[in-house]
Amino acid sequence: MSKKTEPIFRRISFSLALTFASIAVVAGICTGASAQDWVRTGTNLGAQKIRIAAADFAPSSQDPQTPALKTTFDATLFNDLNNAGIFDLVSKSIAPPSMPASPQQINLGEWANAPASAEMVAFGSLAVNGGRVVVSGWLFDAKNPQSPQILGKQYNEVASQDNARLVAHRFADEIILRLGGGINGIAETHIFYVSAKSGTKEIWEMDYDGEGTRQITHLGAISLSPHVSPDNSRVAFASLGNGGWSIRMFSLVLNRPVTFPSPGGTTQSPAWSADGTKLAYSSSRSADTQIYIGDANGAGVRAVTSFRGPNVSPVWNPKTGSQIAWVGGRTGLPQIYLADIDGGNVQRMTDGGYATSPSWSPNGQFLAFAWDRKYGPGAPGGQDIYIMDIASKRWTQLTHDAGRNDFPSWAPDGRHIVFERETNHRPEVWSMLADGSQQQPLTRGGNNSMPNWSWK
Amino acid sequence: MNDFALEMNNMDGAIPEFSQNEPTKRGITLRNYCRLYLTSLAIFAALAAANGCKKQTAPPPPPLPPAMTAPAPTATISASPTVVNPGDGVSLLWHTTNATDVSIDGIGKVPTSGTQTVNPTSSTNYHLVARGDGGSIDATTRVTVNPPMAPAAAETAPAMSDDASFRQNVQDVFFDYDSYDVSPENQSLILKDAAYLTAHPMIKVVIGGYCDERGSTEYNLALGENRASAVKTALVAAGVGAERIRTVSYGKEKQFCSEHDESCWQQNRRGQFSIDR
Repeated sequence: MSKKTEPIFRRISFSLALTFASIAVVAGICTGASAQDWVRTGTNLGAQKIRIAAADFAPSSQDPQTPALKTTFDATLFNDLNNAGIFDLVSKSIAPPSMPASPQQINLGEWANAPASAEMVAFGSLAVNGGRVVVSGWLFDAKNPQSPQILGKQYNEVASQDNARLVAHRFADEIILRLGGGINGIAETHIFYVSAKSGTKEIWEMDYDGEGTRQITHLGAISLSPHVSPDNSRVAFASLGNGGWSIRMFSLVLNRPVTFPSPGGTTQSPAWSADGTKLAYSSSRSADTQIYIGDANGAGVRAVTSFRGPNVSPVWNPKTGSQIAWVGGRTGLPQIYLADIDGGNVQRMTDGGYATSPSWSPNGQFLAFAWDRKYGPGAPGGQDIYIMDIASKRWTQLTHDAGRNDFPSWAPDGRHIVFERETNHRPEVWSMLADGSQQQPLTRGGNNSMPNWSWK
Repeated sequence: MNDFALEMNNMDGAIPEFSQNEPTKRGITLRNYCRLYLTSLAIFAALAAANGCKKQTAPPPPPLPPAMTAPAPTATISASPTVVNPGDGVSLLWHTTNATDVSIDGIGKVPTSGTQTVNPTSSTNYHLVARGDGGSIDATTRVTVNPPMAPAAAETAPAMSDDASFRQNVQDVFFDYDSYDVSPENQSLILKDAAYLTAHPMIKVVIGGYCDERGSTEYNLALGENRASAVKTALVAAGVGAERIRTVSYGKEKQFCSEHDESCWQQNRRGQFSIDR
């Protein structure tokens, strides 16, 4: 997808956030907004993607580890830029074969001209010296030969495959931060999820791209609904013990479970407030299951809802901290509701079907949720991921005709959503851009579900 | 523990009169069980001896005059009293005519007429069969044994062997799709469940709430909780103490049936009873 270059994109010193916003507004006025425009604007995906090339990095050491680490680094950087949602990445097949190791070696023309036609090019070198991997990376504006450098970075870590990936993620996130309107990239974020790989549903963690999976809990009991705290220090989740379901807490700092005084009854589906000081959850400590809010240490618990039917899956408005969305069954099939955290101003957001698993976008504008609009025995249609603009209640469907989709969770950049897709009764974790494009599986073959994207 | 339980069950199977409706005993020890076993052997021995005695001392019935058509036998049997507490003695009285061979189920061969004292531990039908040249006839009397008094000792708590009885008498409750309402049919089912639980006051129950595989995990956990809780509420309304009932939701995490069709889904939408130990 080759695009005419807007001059504005050459001026990287401008605030690109403003740029994207103004382009989107202009596009909306001039062409009449299609269903996708409000989504692309609100999710920072922009109206137009920057064409960028990622050169293979030059190997600049004789150490035998060099080729393997370079291969990993190149693949990871390419993948990160491709996943970012704001780039039109020059494919490897038409990119120039050169591997410029430094600004002195790059011929900007071969990157700027057809067929690559790149506006931006990332390049550099990778060396392994004395057990350390040293990466020098640059980002150049290919159409501004007078003053091309946008970014120059050097990384030095213990030489390992994990660190080759880590360094690539860091460099990718720098590029995304510069070119993506000042919004942090997500290449260094993590996804927490439930996996039955060990035989029991335990809490697991992986990098945002599905690499680096590791098992967090070893409880031997069914554990569900992991939610990581905003500072990445703890994971709250629900676990089935002798007394039923309770909320448990795992310290990622101490690498062990820590005490959390969970209320009695079936208590589950924890959600952190954006400041990390409070938890909302569902509990049957009274007759019906209701939504409660308490301090992160378990104290000061109070009910938010008092409605008939199950009330589960609360999520905070991360922007204001003063509203929650949740799933309520007061009218029969579950619907998405919104209320202030004192229980006032209750609004029903969905108009029927079977709606569950809300996730609030980082900018506070959208809810993503799972919806089966024609739910019922024998009814056609499936359970798909939707997003809704809260103010207007406009919604759009992101997944179509592909399995049963549930548990969307926003990435902190507001551009990505991770979700669970069950096909042939096997759930796996997938990710996509928030406009529904670039759907891809992150896990394979292990009964993986209920993903939760870290806050940073 | 499992092996032990299995052994108990096997022993139980070997001595049917101590099995099903035996007063519930929690934590019964092997020693206690052996005591029961020996007691029962003693009763058997006594019965056998008594029968043997009577057989030896009673004169053989005089040969009947030959007749073209032998008259049909008649038989009656009665018990006094007909309602007792466990272990109390009951007098059985029976009378037959034109019979040469009379037996009572569970006792064996008996004289054509007579009385005998029995000590049933559970409600029992005493079934007498009288055979003669003119054919055979039977008669039955029932002795009802009251449920055990509220026991105070651990000895009277439910034994593991009561699992079968529990499963037979306390039936699971099934729900409509996405509902936790107890239907009228389920209401009458729960009344029966409650009657059993009232009769066995030492049994504590845990109600598991289950959902079919459709729907969302967290919502189903809450729905399962509401199902279990609805069954608990109905049991409490029927007189079962709330402190004896615990609820656990399994949502769709544990399924009874793994096919993907409505009959299976219905199996999975249930409130399941089990003994809470």
